[in-house]
Amino acid sequence: MSWKELEAGAVVKGGTSSSYVVSGWRVKRPVIDEAKCTNCLICWIYCPEPAIVRHQEGKVTIDYDHCKGCGICETECPPKAISMVREP
Amino acid sequence: MSLQPLRVAALQGDEAVAEAVRQSGVDVVAAYPITPQTIIVEKLAEYAAKGNLGGEFVSVESEHSALSACVGASLTGARVFTATSSQGLAYMHEMLYNVSGMRLPVVMAVANRALSAPLVLNADHSDMMGSRDSGWIQVYAENVEEMYDRTIQLFKLCEDPRVLLPAALNFEGFILSHDKERVRLLDDEPVRRFLERPRPRHRLDPADPFTFGAMATPETYYEFRMQQSEAMETALHVFDEVERGFEGISGRRYGAVDAYNTDDADVVMVINGSAAGTMRAAARGLNAAGENVGVLSIKLFRPFPLEQVVSHLSRARAVVAMDRSMSPGAPSGPVSEDVKAALQATKPVMSVVYGIGGRDLSTEDGKKIFGMAKEGSLSGSRSVMYGVKV
Repeated sequence: MSWKELEAGAVVKGGTSSSYVVSGWRVKRPVIDEAKCTNCLICWIYCPEPAIVRHQEGKVTIDYDHCKGCGICETECPPKAISMVREP
Repeated sequence: MSLQPLRVAALQGDEAVAEAVRQSGVDVVAAYPITPQTIIVEKLAEYAAKGNLGGEFVSVESEHSALSACVGASLTGARVFTATSSQGLAYMHEMLYNVSGMRLPVVMAVANRALSAPLVLNADHSDMMGSRDSGWIQVYAENVEEMYDRTIQLFKLCEDPRVLLPAALNFEGFILSHDKERVRLLDDEPVRRFLERPRPRHRLDPADPFTFGAMATPETYYEFRMQQSEAMETALHVFDEVERGFEGISGRRYGAVDAYNTDDADVVMVINGSAAGTMRAAARGLNAAGENVGVLSIKLFRPFPLEQVVSHLSRARAVVAMDRSMSPGAPSGPVSEDVKAALQATKPVMSVVYGIGGRDLSTEDGKKIFGMAKEGSLSGSRSVMYGVKV
C-alpha cells in the first residue's frame, strides 16, 4: 500500500484484535477437566488474553482462536483442573 | 489591517511562554517542573489555581508521565501543552516518538540545558539535539518576545490538518528562560481567533472506539514514517503561512531564518538561538570598523529551511557553522552537519563549538571567531572547540 493511502498516525477502527486468530502460536493447548473445575474464575482473572470465556451459567470454556498457549491458567488453577496438552 | 494597541510588560522568558499558553486557550497542561523551565509550570499552576487557565492542569510524577498524559489528552482532540528541559527531555525520549508517530499536535517548551554528568543547570542545545530525529518541529527563539510569539504560532502550525506534528520551542535556559525583557503582549481575543481550528478527525471516544498508533509491520512501518517526513516538508510551507497570519494580529514576523548582511560577505556565521544576537552585535561592530561579515540565524531547525539556507550562503566567501552542543566522535555538531549537507561541498564549511554547559559567549568572543575564520585557523574537517581551557 502506498504511503499516501495509509491513515496518518496508524489509526484503525477499534476491536481488530478479535478478528486476529493466534491459535497457530500455540505449542500446547489448555484442556479443562470439567469434573475438577469449580468455576472459581481464577483462570479468567489471570489469562492475559480474553481467551477464557465465561458463560452466563457460570461455566468457563477456552476460546482457542485467541489462546496463545502460555499455560498461566494451568499454573494458577487451584484444583488443577487445567492441563496443557501438546497440539497434534 | 489596523492593530490594537499592545500591552507592554517586562516578563521573564518562562513567564512569557506561560502567558502565551494561557492566551492560546490550552485545554490540558501536563508537566513536571525542572530547572530552568520551572517558572512556566509554576505560572500555569498558578493560573489554574486562580481559575484563569481555562483548561486542566495535570500534576504528574515524571516527565515520562507528563508526555504520556499529553498523548491521551491530545487524542481526545484537546489542545495540549507541556514543558521540560535537559534530563526531563531525555526521560521523555521514548514518548517523543509516540507523539510524532501518532501525529499529535502537542506543543512543548524546552528550556535548553546541558545534560549530566557532570550535573549542570546551564544552557546548551544538547538536550534537544539528542532528540533531533524524533519527528518534532523544532524552533529556536532568540529573545523573550519571540518565545511568546512562537508559542502561539506553534499551536497554529502543529494543528494544521496538513501538518499534525508536535513542536518543540527551544530557548536557552537562564539566558532566555529567566531573562526579563520587554514584551508587547497581544489581547486574548485576537489570539483566540487566530487559533480557531476545525474539529480533529479522530477522537478518543468509548462510544466509537479506534486504535491509535496501531502496530505496524515491515510492510507498513516505512510508509507511516514516510508520511511523517512528508508532513515535515509541508510544515515548511505552512510555517510561512502561519507567520503571515500572525503578522496580521501582531505586526511581527521573523522568518524561518534571519539573515544579517549575508549577501557577498567575507565571512558568514550560521548559528541558532540567543547567541545569534550576540554574533550580530559582533558583526555590526566589525562592519562599522570596515569589515564585511554576516550572520545567518536558523530559527526553524526542523523542518530545515534548506533552500533559504543555501540561497543566503551562496555568495558568502567563507561559512562558519556554530554548534551549541557537542557530538562526541562526530566530524562536527548537528548545525554544522546540516549546513555542510545543504551546501554539498560547493564551499568549505568551518565548524565551531561554543557555549557548552552555559559557557558565556560575549560579543568579543564573536569578534574573535570572525577573526579566526579570516586568518584560517578554523579550517579542518572537525569542529574547533572555541573557548575550551587547554
